[in-house]
Parts: sequence; C-alpha cells; structure tokens
Amino acid sequence: MIEVNDLHKSFNKKIDVLKGITTTIHDGEKIAIIGPSGSGKSTFLRCLNCLDDPTGGQILYNGVDIANPKVDINFYRRKMSMVFQQFNLFNNKTVLDNIMLAPMYFGIKNRKATGKTRQQVKTEVRQKAYSLLEKIGLADKADAYPSQLSGGQKQRVAIIRALAMDPEVMLFDEPTSALDPEMVGEVLAVMKKLAASGMTMVIVTHEMGFAREVADRIMFIDDGIIMEEGTPKEIFDNPQCARLKDFLSKVL
Amino acid sequence: MTFVIQGEKMGNFGLRYQVFKEELIDNHGYEKVLEGLKNTILIAVVGLIIGIVIGIIIASIEVMPKYRILPKILNRLCHVYVAFFRGTPLVVQLLVGYYVLRPMMGLTINALDSCMLIYGLNSGAYVSEIMRGGINSVDPGQMEGGRAIGFKYSTTMFKIIIPQAVKNILPTLGNEFIALIKDTSIVSFVGALDLYVAFKYIGTNNYEFMVPYLAMALVYIVLVLFITLLIKLMERSLKKSDRSK
Repeated sequence: MIEVNDLHKSFNKKIDVLKGITTTIHDGEKIAIIGPSGSGKSTFLRCLNCLDDPTGGQILYNGVDIANPKVDINFYRRKMSMVFQQFNLFNNKTVLDNIMLAPMYFGIKNRKATGKTRQQVKTEVRQKAYSLLEKIGLADKADAYPSQLSGGQKQRVAIIRALAMDPEVMLFDEPTSALDPEMVGEVLAVMKKLAASGMTMVIVTHEMGFAREVADRIMFIDDGIIMEEGTPKEIFDNPQCARLKDFLSKVL
Repeated sequence: MTFVIQGEKMGNFGLRYQVFKEELIDNHGYEKVLEGLKNTILIAVVGLIIGIVIGIIIASIEVMPKYRILPKILNRLCHVYVAFFRGTPLVVQLLVGYYVLRPMMGLTINALDSCMLIYGLNSGAYVSEIMRGGINSVDPGQMEGGRAIGFKYSTTMFKIIIPQAVKNILPTLGNEFIALIKDTSIVSFVGALDLYVAFKYIGTNNYEFMVPYLAMALVYIVLVLFITLLIKLMERSLKKSDRSK
C-alpha cells in the first residue's frame, strides 16, 4: 500500500540524511525499523507522512505520490497517523478533547457528505473516544489534562488519539524511548494489541525484544540507507552485514 | 504655627502645600488634572489596542513558514518597521510624526489623536516581539502533533498554539501597558494635555512647582500600582484555570 522509491532527504541542502531508500509496505504488515542513533530511521518515518518534506524520490500511497507538494497532505496524514517519542499531546486540552479534536473537526467539516448533524457527529465521536479510553483503562482520566498524567499514560492516550481517526497505517517514532523503564511495558502492551488487530504499523524502536516478537519484517537502517532487511529470525539470528552484527552486539 | 515652622525646614513645604491646595480645589485645577488623567489613560489604552492589532499582524507574518516569496517580503518589511520603532526614541517618533509626517500627509488630526496613533505604532513593534516570543515558547511538538493529525498550519495555530501562547503573552502585555502609561508623560512635546501638563499648569500660576510635581509623581505611582494589581489578579485567574480543570 505504501511504495517508497529512492527516497532522499537532506537538511539545508548540505547534510544528507537519507540517501535513497526503496521499499514497499504492505497492508497489515508490521515493520520495525532499527539502527544506531543518527542513522536516519526517524527521518525516514517522518518523511513517510511528510512531516519532514522529502527532497527527492517518491512515496506512493495507494498509487498517489504524496511527496508531491501539490497533494493535499493533510488528507493522507489522517490515514497515516503518528505517535511521537515526546507524546505531543495538546497541553491545553483534556484527554478526551485530545482524542476527539481531529475526528470532531473533520466529522463536522464533512457532515454534508455523510449527512449527519453536528450533534450526531459529536455523540458518535464521544462514544468512540470513551470506548477507546476504556480499552486502555484510562476512562477515569477523560477530563484530566496531559500534565496530570504519567509518561506511560500520556503515550497510551497519544496512541488512541492517533487511532481515533481510523487510520490505515500507524507510524511510531520511538514510542517508548522517553518513558521510565517501568512504564515501557504498558505502552508495548497496547501496541501489541493493536498489532494483533491487524493494523499496518511502522515502528522505529530500540526495544529489540518487542521488534522480534511483533514485527513481520525488520529494517536495519544505517547511514541513510536500508543496510539489511528481513524477518526477525533472519536479522537477529543470522545477520549478514558487519554493521548489523556490530549494532546487535551492542544492543542485545 | 508649628506646622509652618516644620514646613520651613523642608523648604516651606506646608505653605507651598496650602498654595497647591488652593490652586487645585478653589481655582479648579482639579479639572485639568482629571482631563490630564483621562488623556493619559486614553493614550495608553488606545495605543495598546492599536499595538495589539499591529502586533498580531506582524507576529503572524514572522512565525509563518516562509517558502513563498510574499511572506519573505512581508517579513522584511516587518523587520524594518520593528527596527525603526525600537531603534528611535519615542520623543523623536512623536516629533517626527506630529511635525513632519502629519503636515506632509495633509492629516488634520489633533494632538491627542496623533499621540494615540503614534503610541499605537510604537507599541505595535514591542507587542509583536512579545507575541512572537509567546508563540515561539510553545513546544514545537505541539505543532507537529497538530500537523500529524491532519490539521492545516493555520488550524493548528488557532486551536492549539495560540491558546497556549496567550498564557505567556498576557502578563507581559500588562507590563507593556504600564510602560505606555509612563511614556505618556512626554506628549506635551506636541502640545497634548496629560498629567504632566496639568500639574505644570497648576504650578505655573504661582511659580510653585514643588508640591504639584510631587503630587504628579504620586498620581503616576498610584495609577501604576493599581494596574499592577489588576495584572496580578489576572495572572492568578489564569493559573487557576491551569490547576482546577
């Protein structure tokens, strides 16, 4: 469903971060991206929904090149929602409003097409938000502000905020890296549930155990290119290139 | 009697006070003072309102992403504007505005209106910086979060960034208002009547300036303390909404 062709990204025309990445992400696939820091793996993820504009190459989303600036990228960002390392929950909104904000806004904007009234949209979105909150066990925090939540709770809310838009793909940018160790588990548990539900996921992560367990395919990115990719078994048990062997010896 | 003797020691303060009181109350000097006070507040309030309008325009141009040529040109213009109004003394702006630009542009506005306009233009330069700082102090992750859920730049700005920036901006705007109040004390350069002119008028009748100017200082400090109190109350209510909700 996503085809990446020779993707390049450089900052200020000088620093080349991505030097030609080509890959295909299939429907329902779970991809884990690993690699040393500064290798370009986060940049690659951020290029997928054009939060960082690619400077070369194509990203075909169901055939449409979303790297083209003329494309309505906001429409595609709703299909590819993102979860950040720093959560990026809206500090001025309650947990419930954080989740409801985008579905409400676009639901009301498109209400002519769907033939729903403003009130219907609101009721539907609210019900959905509550059911999502219940799934992660935070229904009692609906009216809390992000500043009143723990890191793990924030990230779980951020995940269902992304999920509330009914995305087709979810991008995770090191979702557990900013968390205290004891909170990593609760976030990974939510992500595992999500994976089991069949969601297409692209996850930049340092959690090797999680990558091995959940991913269908692992990409090892270093120096701006995909150095090696394969199933978890191939990558972890039988690494080919020296850089990957070196990397694994440091993190495992 | 003792009052007068004590007064002699302090430069005849008691006697001078009597003269001042006579001028202020019996000779209707208070009417001038009240008018001066009204003008001082009017210039500061209208100036701040104009300043906020200009500040919003400049700040939004400055924080806009600059891929296209038009925002770049506008941004340059804003820089020139801010550089001019922050780089020259207010007195100079007042004199140039009133004695140079006003006749050159054929405007027939009176001194008081000119002052409001010029103070507004001046304040706009400072307010724009306050607002730009307030917006930039919001975590860039908030913008990313907004863009990632498919909001346009402007939607994210209005729904997410600006509500958070306002909390940083409001207290500083209060300080700008205090600065404006104090800066009004030079509008006599172009012949507008403010607190300074009013008290000078009272003093001039008898060439007794000691008490009038002391009284002027007191009026200013009371005015500023009062505004400070208002700002404090406002800040507290902002913090409250932070906690309780």
